Amino acid sequence: MKLDKLARAGQSIQEAREHPSPWMIVWIALKNHKGALVGAGVFTFIVLAVLIGPLVYSIDPQLTDTAVRNQGMSWQHPLGTDNLGRDMLAQMLSGGRIALAVGFAAMLLSLGVGTAIGVVAGYYKRLDGPLMRLTDLFLALPLLPLLLVIIMLFRDTLRAAFGPERGIFLLIVLGIGITSWMQTARIVRGETLAIKEREFVLAATSMGTSGLHIITKHILPNILSPIMVSATLGIANAIITESTLSFLGLGFPPDFPTWGRLLFDGANFIGIEGATARVIWPGLAISLTVLSVNYIGDALRDAIDPRVRNK
Amino acid sequence: MRRITAFVLLAVSILFLGSCSQESAEVDTNLRLLYWQAPSTLNPYLSSGTKDIEAASIVIEPLAHYDANAKKVPILATRIPTVENGDIAEDYRSITWHLRQDIVWSDGTQLTSADVVFSWRYCTHEEAGCTGKDSFRDVEQVVAVDDYTVRIDFTKPAPFPFGPFVGSVSPVLQYQQFKDCLGLRAQECTEANFYPIGTGPFIVEEFKANDTVRYRANPHYREEGKPFFQIVTIKGGGDAASAARAVLQTGEFDYAWNLQVEPEVLENMRNAGKGEVLTAFGSQVERIMVNQTNEDPSLDADTRSVYLDGNNAHPFLSDINVRRALSLAIDRQILVDIGYGVAGQPTCNVIPLPEQYVSTNNEDCKTQNIDEANRILEEAGWVKGSDGVRAKDGVRLSVLYQTSTNSVRQGTQSLIKGMWQEIGVETELRNIDAAVFFGGDPGSPDTLQKFFADVQMYTNNFEGNDPSNYVEGWQCGNVPDPENQWVGPNISRGCSEEFDSLLDTLSETFDADERVAIIKQLNDIVVQNVWEIPLIHRARVSAKSNTLKGFELNGWDSELWTIAEWYREE
Repeated sequence: MKLDKLARAGQSIQEAREHPSPWMIVWIALKNHKGALVGAGVFTFIVLAVLIGPLVYSIDPQLTDTAVRNQGMSWQHPLGTDNLGRDMLAQMLSGGRIALAVGFAAMLLSLGVGTAIGVVAGYYKRLDGPLMRLTDLFLALPLLPLLLVIIMLFRDTLRAAFGPERGIFLLIVLGIGITSWMQTARIVRGETLAIKEREFVLAATSMGTSGLHIITKHILPNILSPIMVSATLGIANAIITESTLSFLGLGFPPDFPTWGRLLFDGANFIGIEGATARVIWPGLAISLTVLSVNYIGDALRDAIDPRVRNK
Repeated sequence: MRRITAFVLLAVSILFLGSCSQESAEVDTNLRLLYWQAPSTLNPYLSSGTKDIEAASIVIEPLAHYDANAKKVPILATRIPTVENGDIAEDYRSITWHLRQDIVWSDGTQLTSADVVFSWRYCTHEEAGCTGKDSFRDVEQVVAVDDYTVRIDFTKPAPFPFGPFVGSVSPVLQYQQFKDCLGLRAQECTEANFYPIGTGPFIVEEFKANDTVRYRANPHYREEGKPFFQIVTIKGGGDAASAARAVLQTGEFDYAWNLQVEPEVLENMRNAGKGEVLTAFGSQVERIMVNQTNEDPSLDADTRSVYLDGNNAHPFLSDINVRRALSLAIDRQILVDIGYGVAGQPTCNVIPLPEQYVSTNNEDCKTQNIDEANRILEEAGWVKGSDGVRAKDGVRLSVLYQTSTNSVRQGTQSLIKGMWQEIGVETELRNIDAAVFFGGDPGSPDTLQKFFADVQMYTNNFEGNDPSNYVEGWQCGNVPDPENQWVGPNISRGCSEEFDSLLDTLSETFDADERVAIIKQLNDIVVQNVWEIPLIHRARVSAKSNTLKGFELNGWDSELWTIAEWYREE
């Protein structure tokens, strides 16, 4: 994007190389971070697999076939089948969609809420106290019991409005979103407080720039690094929370494969011939996704922050 | 130098450990039981949960209980009353029990007829909310003839007079302990409810609600030298599979109850060689309840799933054709093979045992018949839409199917969903934590009594060997609703005049054969109206450690019925 602009401004690419844009520098730093590269590779693979996979591999994940129960890996069923004869690969792909969709959606929500509250609290002194106390209040709430209550209270309403699957999806995304923004808000507030006192902000203020403009043009770009890190951690966190809920038998309907539920259902079958792998695949998928996202986040922080990068 | 010291220490500790294990070679007198649903009270009159009744059954006892062959055995009484020995009146209006005179409570006082009379008064008190009230149905009064003789008078002839004080659901409480706990005060007497004084082999030592119960041997127990075990611990929590593992694989516990676990999983655990799996068939039937009332979530709390004298019929499940098709589409044998193995058999009746009560008129349900089911629906005007789901007048055959959280039940749900898909019925599955689903809390929307779903699945059974009281459950008046705090055994809310009048005939019939015939007819009405879809005749499945001896599983009464005889052999 930035590069295009530069090119359009009539500067040669050679010039751009000599004075690389900030994003270019980030990319160069990222390229040198091995963990990030492997993480990004794995994550891209998982995302592509769950997006394209079900289109290519068109077996219905909910189809029960009692003739092929508890089977190991084979050509018909690459990851084997469960005790009802449902295809594990199809379930894994379909479950991955849910995990990633919940992860991203909940992350975006919590990031939005967290950043907004953090910036406003940091920038406007008057609102700092009330907003931070609100943050403390949310931090004090125990996440799982709260989610259980939310699910019990609103399940029927949302189910009637959006159908069973979309309803519970919204519920879980909202639940995770509104209970995980606090860390982001605290970090963003801290950064905002520091940036606010810097000369360029003072200069902008003295020129009569409006508060909104200062926040969007001067403060937000400078606190992007902690926000990015929060985002990657948020995805991992949301995936794990969703798995926990499914593992507890809550969340999505029981025949709706999610990684957490597959893990839960498979746990009892450890040690049974042909069925032990049932618990390995979803466990592996959850671990790999969370790990790769964490690596990417780690590398992004290093790459974006010039102080760390130049060391 | 240091190394040598360490060596000596190691050697000493090995010797020490060795001697320890030598000492523990004498037999362990601690008995560890695992109930994955934890007991929440030890007063069976205040809880309908099997877990509570069983946990209480080793402390407080009834006059007689059922043995493994469903035969009545006297415990606190000297003999089982019959018409022949004159203890049951010729007109069936009263029954007399003779108490044993050598029974003392665990506090050393004598058991007398006053205790028996009091127990009746306690449970039938209007404000007590006693869940065992069913046992005292039609009882007019309980009279102490003398200190050791009790007569129970019925308001009308009672062909089956063994409701009161037979079986662990209806034990005798101590008058001294509970005398101030009548009526509304019943729930407040936590000390008495958690630490009841009993006549059984054990005394409660420590009770932690929904967690652990510790008992010690009762020194006043009527049989000399029994029980063998000095300490009994009942631990609650976890799920069926982890309970089975704790006995069969890791050997941490001696006994685990109610193991609804996939057969291959159980088999795999059994291969560890630490314990064995026992099964006993009683009257348990896993069934699907078909809601006859409208459960639309948009209805308010006073109408949703409420019978309202038949004015709140379900939009499509009130159509007998739909209900019949749902039952016909199910392949029960597959459900058994995948979820139950030897611990289950396909059944088409809600009364699966004792043998003489089993109806043979419904056997055709044992073979799945998708074509017939489709034909019935087609004929009734339910036409498949473009999405493969049948509909009529804008009503789609889309059911919400709920049950408790249990891997076997979720498997069964998925299989049945697939079978119903073949006849154009869309199914949404829901699973609810067992503690909530069976908890009966009137404040929770997810209890089986509220039935906020189209169909729901769980196991029901009757106590003892006579289904007379059980069939009364389907009377119109027994539908749970807000007015009776959602208590009532007619969960599917089915109601027919034919059934109720046949029930009246039953209460006036004394000939044993005729009674059996009527009970079979009542079973047929329930099944042929498809208020309930019987699926599997389930055995009780429990696991016990190899070292535990003297154990006999019982399908008709508390599984701990012979706990006084249990012993350990290493």
